[in-house]
Amino acid sequence: MAVTTEEGVAGKPVTPFTPDYKPPSSSLARRRGRAGLWFVMPWIVGFFLWYAIPMVASLWFSFTDFNLVNSQPTQFIGLDNWQKLFSDPMVRQSTLVTLKFGMIALPVAIIFPMALAYLLVNKSLRARETFRALFFMPSIIPFVAAVLIFGGIMNGQIGWVNRMLAVIGITGPNWFQDQTWVYPSLVFIGLWGVGNAMIIFIASMNSVPSSLYDAARIDGASEWRMFRHVTLPVISPIIFYNLIIALIGIFNYFLVPFVLNNGSGDPGGATLFYALYFFRVGFRLFDMGYAATLAWALFLVAVGITGLLFWSAKYWVHYEFER
Amino acid sequence: MTAILEREDTKPQAPPVTPPRRKRKGGWLVTGFTGLILFVFLLPLGYMLVTSVKSEQMINRVGGPILPNSPASFEFEGEQLDIYTVPMPDGSELELGLLQPGRQVSTFVDPSNPEAGAIEWEGNWRLLSPADELDPQWQNYTRAWDLMDFPILLRNTLAIAGIGTIGAVASSILVAYGLARFRVPFGRSIMVVLVATIVLPRFVTLVPTYAVFVRIGWVGTWLPLIVPHFFANAFNVFLLRQYFLTIPKELDEAATIDGAGPMRTLVSVILPQMKAALVAVSLFHFYFAWNDFFEPMIYLTTRPDLQPISVGLRAFNTLYDSQPNLIQSGSMLALIIPVVVFLFAQRVFLQGIDLSGVQK
Repeated sequence: MAVTTEEGVAGKPVTPFTPDYKPPSSSLARRRGRAGLWFVMPWIVGFFLWYAIPMVASLWFSFTDFNLVNSQPTQFIGLDNWQKLFSDPMVRQSTLVTLKFGMIALPVAIIFPMALAYLLVNKSLRARETFRALFFMPSIIPFVAAVLIFGGIMNGQIGWVNRMLAVIGITGPNWFQDQTWVYPSLVFIGLWGVGNAMIIFIASMNSVPSSLYDAARIDGASEWRMFRHVTLPVISPIIFYNLIIALIGIFNYFLVPFVLNNGSGDPGGATLFYALYFFRVGFRLFDMGYAATLAWALFLVAVGITGLLFWSAKYWVHYEFER
Repeated sequence: MTAILEREDTKPQAPPVTPPRRKRKGGWLVTGFTGLILFVFLLPLGYMLVTSVKSEQMINRVGGPILPNSPASFEFEGEQLDIYTVPMPDGSELELGLLQPGRQVSTFVDPSNPEAGAIEWEGNWRLLSPADELDPQWQNYTRAWDLMDFPILLRNTLAIAGIGTIGAVASSILVAYGLARFRVPFGRSIMVVLVATIVLPRFVTLVPTYAVFVRIGWVGTWLPLIVPHFFANAFNVFLLRQYFLTIPKELDEAATIDGAGPMRTLVSVILPQMKAALVAVSLFHFYFAWNDFFEPMIYLTTRPDLQPISVGLRAFNTLYDSQPNLIQSGSMLALIIPVVVFLFAQRVFLQGIDLSGVQK
């Protein structure tokens, strides 16, 4: 919280009508503030209970051989788990798998909902509300059901996709069983989850002041240039937000590969995602010490990447349009 | 005056500006194009519906019909005759029941006119294609219902979602109220940490939490899936805080002057004005619980009788993997309730998402 005095900052007079004005702190205001603290208390308690303490405990676990099925007393083993992490071929493989998937999934997770939103804010589109609801609808379908549905329609032999491809003379691949095609296939399933991103893209595109478009049109800007130089800068905070959310989704990517191939990582380890490997170590082998190490390593990477994103934001995210 | 004092937090959201750009012509072109994309986008649902009512022998037939057909047959003098599409000498095609197969000559019966008796046809009957008729197997749904123990899954899901929703909504209201209406010490820092919890990969806290739940005997119960939601979560708090800020503060002040405490003000002045927000947040949690998979799975592995729908559906899939018709019926059962709820509440729901995204 900014500290403000009744005199204001360095010589500039602060009146109740200037933006830096804060009301004088009275005992009543302080009392009200403390009352507010009681309302916030559930979250504060929850933060320590479910975030802060577990995170510290997790770090501590990573220096031990804590194992839930082993009856031997837990021992402090120093950096052994961390050393193992760097020499574990499975860690390398699952990181690579996650990275490969992320390279395709991340751009799609931005571009596809953005394209849908662009289509749906078009003024000449009829029944816009209905379209919006129907494009959103798959996002509330339980993921497990969505995986099973896509597993069926993209089945190599009897799925509709390959039968349609056969009609135009293309032999479709064995989507989910093919080491290369499995990644685009997973991205296809992901398309059913873009509803949230689409909705906030729509809201943001609708908030672009129409005077900006008018000005651009007078300057003779083409549709594409208007999108590139008017729409895109205004919606850049939303792109940033959706990018962060999509990134977290990739770090936590577990359900789809798990349901699809029973967590086997098939075909040939191509779907052994990092989260899946973490699950194996922690909840199949119950090697909690090493699982905590894997989790903390992921956390550090996540902090690093999101930090990088936040740093990059100042070069491409425009906040000046915010009202 | 009050408005100026509240400058710090009150950034009322401007009502959405009317959508920009473009003249109205070409409307049907855009609409048709969008409709086409929507059709492709929802095609998997069509696959699910059709497959869910297919019969077992038709499902795995490579190149079999798209629709849930069965080989047609009809009864003739106490016998079931398979129906084939037979090209007649005059160039027309008739659907006839095969009475007497033969290598050079076969005899058929016309189902629409059985009294006419046997029709002789020259040619190899094996080259004829069998005629299909639409024959949806609705009993697939009852089978999936029974095999999945659907009522049990439904009960578990509703219980976990219901209790969790009460906790999530109540706690988030309190926290959002505190942050929106009071100058809470460290209010800024609290908001920052709140955002940070969204970014945190959930696995980081999972190991110790799981270990503690094992120790205190919560594994194999619903408690780990319910209790943590009683401590508010970032998304709900943001959303509700946003709503609070749109409600004029003068109302609170009037209530305060009338002698109402902060809690009383919240319950009888503010909440009645934000029913839509409460519905939205409740729905968010309902969908979260309906969808939640990882934690129910690890906490309820040993208790199939307590598992919610997502976990149950996956277990069902591992058992009946070879019967896509049952799998698709099961998927349909799992998604029909969320979809129907959504179709009824979509306006409130989508508004909620709008608001949650605005301040980013």
